[in-house]
Parts: sequence; structure tokens; C-alpha cells
Amino acid sequence: MKRPILLKGRAWALRDEKGRAIDDIDTDQIYHNAHLAITELEKMGRFALGNLPGWEDFPQKARPGDILVVGQNFGAGSSRQQAVDCFRSLGIALIMGESFGAIYKRNAINSGFPLMVCSGIISQSGKVDSGNILEVNLSTGEVFNHTTGKKIEGGERFSQVQMDIYQVGNLFEYGKMILP
Amino acid sequence: MGKTIIEKIIARHCREKVTPGKVVWVDIDLRTARDFGGANVVENFRRNYHEDRVADAAKTFFAFDCVAPANNIPYANNQQICRDFAQQQGIKVFDVDQGIGSHILIDKGLCLPGYIAVGTDSHLNLLGALGALGQGMGDVDIAFAFKTGKTWFEVPETIKVVVKGKLSPPVSAKDLTLAVLKRLGSKGALGKAIEFCGEAIDSLSLDGRITLASMVTEMGGIVGFITPNQEVLAYCRARAGKEDIEAITADPDAHYCQTIDIDISGLKPQISLPYYPSKVANVDEVEGERVNSIFLGSCTNGRWEDFKMVAFILKGKKVHEGVMFKAVPSTREVYGRLLKKGLADVLFDAGVILTSSGCGGCASGQVGMTGEGEVQLSTGNRNFKGKQGAGKTFLVSPATAAVSALYGKITSPDKV
Repeated sequence: MKRPILLKGRAWALRDEKGRAIDDIDTDQIYHNAHLAITELEKMGRFALGNLPGWEDFPQKARPGDILVVGQNFGAGSSRQQAVDCFRSLGIALIMGESFGAIYKRNAINSGFPLMVCSGIISQSGKVDSGNILEVNLSTGEVFNHTTGKKIEGGERFSQVQMDIYQVGNLFEYGKMILP
Repeated sequence: MGKTIIEKIIARHCREKVTPGKVVWVDIDLRTARDFGGANVVENFRRNYHEDRVADAAKTFFAFDCVAPANNIPYANNQQICRDFAQQQGIKVFDVDQGIGSHILIDKGLCLPGYIAVGTDSHLNLLGALGALGQGMGDVDIAFAFKTGKTWFEVPETIKVVVKGKLSPPVSAKDLTLAVLKRLGSKGALGKAIEFCGEAIDSLSLDGRITLASMVTEMGGIVGFITPNQEVLAYCRARAGKEDIEAITADPDAHYCQTIDIDISGLKPQISLPYYPSKVANVDEVEGERVNSIFLGSCTNGRWEDFKMVAFILKGKKVHEGVMFKAVPSTREVYGRLLKKGLADVLFDAGVILTSSGCGGCASGQVGMTGEGEVQLSTGNRNFKGKQGAGKTFLVSPATAAVSALYGKITSPDKV
């Protein structure tokens, strides 16, 4: 399997009603513990960001291929895979953020879901707003905003293990390749 | 160049040279799943490995602690899925009566200093209290670990946190922990390991060490190590029935990406304000706010020492009229001691609701959620908006919880 290196999609910038980036969004805000007993991927999408004030209607607004842009320490808190899977369920193509919770990052990498660190992408104004069309190169970390016509600095290229797992699909497929 | 504790632990579990930033494959000593995430682990396992066996059933465990016993059908179903899988595979289950999985690993002598343990619990890193590497993971990671006994780690850099000064009661390990969290903030250790040292750390009991190590998650850290002292080593030896247990220590010339000095001399009781654990203040800054409910328990403060402190404060007194005091021991062992040593009587007479062990109010409401407008003091580790219901949760030490329960309002224990 060869998955795309270049992703282009509509951005959702996770800001509050005052236009500030929301940092420290924890996994209960992304996917509340009331829905943890769900094991089917297709049922998870409808709860994405369901406990984040102002973003409860995200599942209705999001379209497959969209790019979510987040602040610092996104996915803090619990180890629940559903906090990644709910975005996979909606067909979100990529999450770009200033930093991620350590377990959240692992969970995304292992399920082959693209996650890119891009410092300042949301806290610095003028880089990206909701509705902008972004083009992102996972291999080089280059980011271009087609709406503003400007390049966005700060994108970090995928690490080797992240790219390897992404390319084969997920950790299970990767493990079959590299372990006896 | 010398090695930090995490570099040494990882190096003992892999066949590669270990340097910060490098991705290495390690052999895992213990892998666990809970009722939360456990069914997803089983589903991932079956989808990818079908009827295969796990790599080593003796190193694999289930522990049901989130909703124990199940109070809804989906959780009951998920627990049963795990039990059936465990039976097929010969995996030991610590069932709904046993308590918090991470504590069971310590108390049954399963996790020892220098071990690597992974599980579907973001506070599994409290094993840092033993000088072991615990890592919370999602269900993909854990299913893979069940099957292969391996995982990948990007070797993290280490921050050294030196805590000077002495704790004097009623200021406790929880207050120290919140003071450290206040200093580091929610992102202060993001993606990094911590080594705690200094006078105040050396004198912490095992229970106090667990409190501190458990909240490294709230600092964004991978794990926080506290080098075991003789007391902790003796505990591990007794529990494991093994003598050859030693601590892993950092080399004197190990490299730290940052060193942070914190002096806790004169520290006052601390409290996390809603809705962030890192939003820490002195208790006396919010003193007087009405309290509706108390939760004593969790992997942070559900141990014997915590209950002993609360029983000491509540002995012969009554919880304030209208305050619900929910107390959930971390493990069946603690629960049993409470019953047998008379502390359960003290708590009962004071008006406390004492239940069987588990994660209690910290997870999805095994023991009580908060309603809109309700103010809860919790000895747990998280107070994110909506996590434990619609109310406001403050995080405090067991002593602050107990004293506040008596007055029906937030009260600093050093004034009583």
C-alpha cells in the first residue's frame, strides 16, 4: 500500500469564541468517557469534540478530507484510542498541532492516522483560519495555505517510524513486516 | 556520557544503543488492559491475529477497575469479552473486586524496579514510584504488545526535578505533587521523562511516591522516576518473594535537558481549581467555598496512608450535614484492611459512603457523578470540565478533603 504524502484539504482551526487557540484539550473533551464502551469505528465519529464548548456540532460540519488544526498539548489525559479513532471515523485527513499529548501521538501514529507538529500554526494569527485550504507534505513538513497564498513555517516532517507505519497502514501491518 | 534512569531501563530491554530521540524496539515485562479499552484490545487482537496465542500469557493481565462492578450493559459486555478471551488464552484476570490495576501490579509484586510495563491506563506511569517504566497506551499498542511482547519507544530526554525542604503535616505528598505541577504546568514535561530527587522526595513513603508519580501525566510527562529507597526495595522483595531486587540509578554524569529546583519549605496545602489540574492555588485562597461532595480515592490517593489520614481527622466527628463523602479504596487489600482494622467503622460513623475498590468517581462514574452546580473536592488527579459530571471539581489532598467535609466548605487543614 502506498498512501499519499501530499494532503490537501479544508482547515478547521480549533479556537474559542474569542478567537484564541484552545490549548490542553483533553481526551474527555475530544471523546467523552460516557461513550467508551463503543468498539465500532463507524459509531465513534458522531461524538468527536462532543464535550468541547463551541465545537459540539463538529461531526455535522466536518467532511472527509478535512484538516483539523489544534493548539498545544492536544489530546492530554487518558489513553483512549477513541480520541483518535473518532476523527478517523469522520474521515479527517490530518491533525496539525503545536504539540500533542504523548500517548495521543503514539495512538495516532500506531493507527496510521496522520498527525503533524507545526509550531505556531494556530497561536500566531494570520497563518490559518477555518475554511482555508491547506496543502501539507508529510515527508518534508512543508505547509502551504492556498487561501492566503502563503507558506506556513514550522511544520515537522514525519519521523521515520511514523512514516513507515503510515505507509503500511498501521502498527499491526508494520509489525508483520519487521518482526519475525 | 552517563545514562539517565529511562535510558538505562530501555537499554536493558533492547539490543540497540540508546540515545534520546532514537526510536528503539523493546521487550516488555508486563502488558495489561482494563475494562476500559480492554474489549477494543481483544477486538484488535482478533481482527489482526485471529486465533493466535499471546506472546506470553504469564506476562499479560486484565484488571477491571473503571466500572467495577459494571453498572451498565456495554461495560458488562466488554468485561465479559475480556474474561472470555483471557480464559481462551490462559491470561490472569484481576476482576471487578480487585481494584486499580496499576496498584495491583505493585502490591502483588508483579512490577519491580527497572521493569517496563504497558497498559490501557494513562496513569500506569505511577510505576515510576518503584523506579519502573510504566506507559499508558491505546488499544492498538496494547493489542500489538499482547501478541508480540514488544513495543517501540522514542527514547525521551529527562528533566531533573530537585525538591528541597521537608514536608510537615498536614502538608502531604499530594500538596508537594500539586506544587510541582504548578511549577511545571500542563506541558512542562511534554514528551519527557522526569527524575525526582532531593530531601523531600527521599523521605516520601511508597504511598506518597505513588501520589507524585501518578500526576506526571498531568505535567505532560511520559514517566517520573523516584529511585527506590530501602523501604521501597524491602516492600518489593517481600511482595515478589525475591531477594535480588535492586534499584536502577542514574549515572552521576547523566545528561538532563533541564534541571528544576523547587523548595517546599513552608508550603501550604494546595488545591487545583476547575477545570485544569495545573491550575493550582493555596487552599486558603479559595477557603470558604461551599462543598457538596467529596471523593476520596483514585490511583493518586486511594491507598492505606490516605485513608488512615482521613480516618484520623474524622474520628469521632460527623461529615457536615448535606455533604456526600464517597470513599473508594484503590484495592481490595486496602478495603480489607479498612474493614479489619476498624477504620471502616470510623468512616461509617462519620457518615462516609465506603464502597468496594476501584477507580471510583475518577472514571466514568462507578461511584457518583456530579450534577450541575455541584462542587466536589476530589483526591484524584483530573478535574477536566465534564469528566466527572456537570459540576465543578477541585483536586486536594486527603487531609484537605476530610477537614473540608467536616465544615461543609473548603477549609485548609493547617488551620484546624
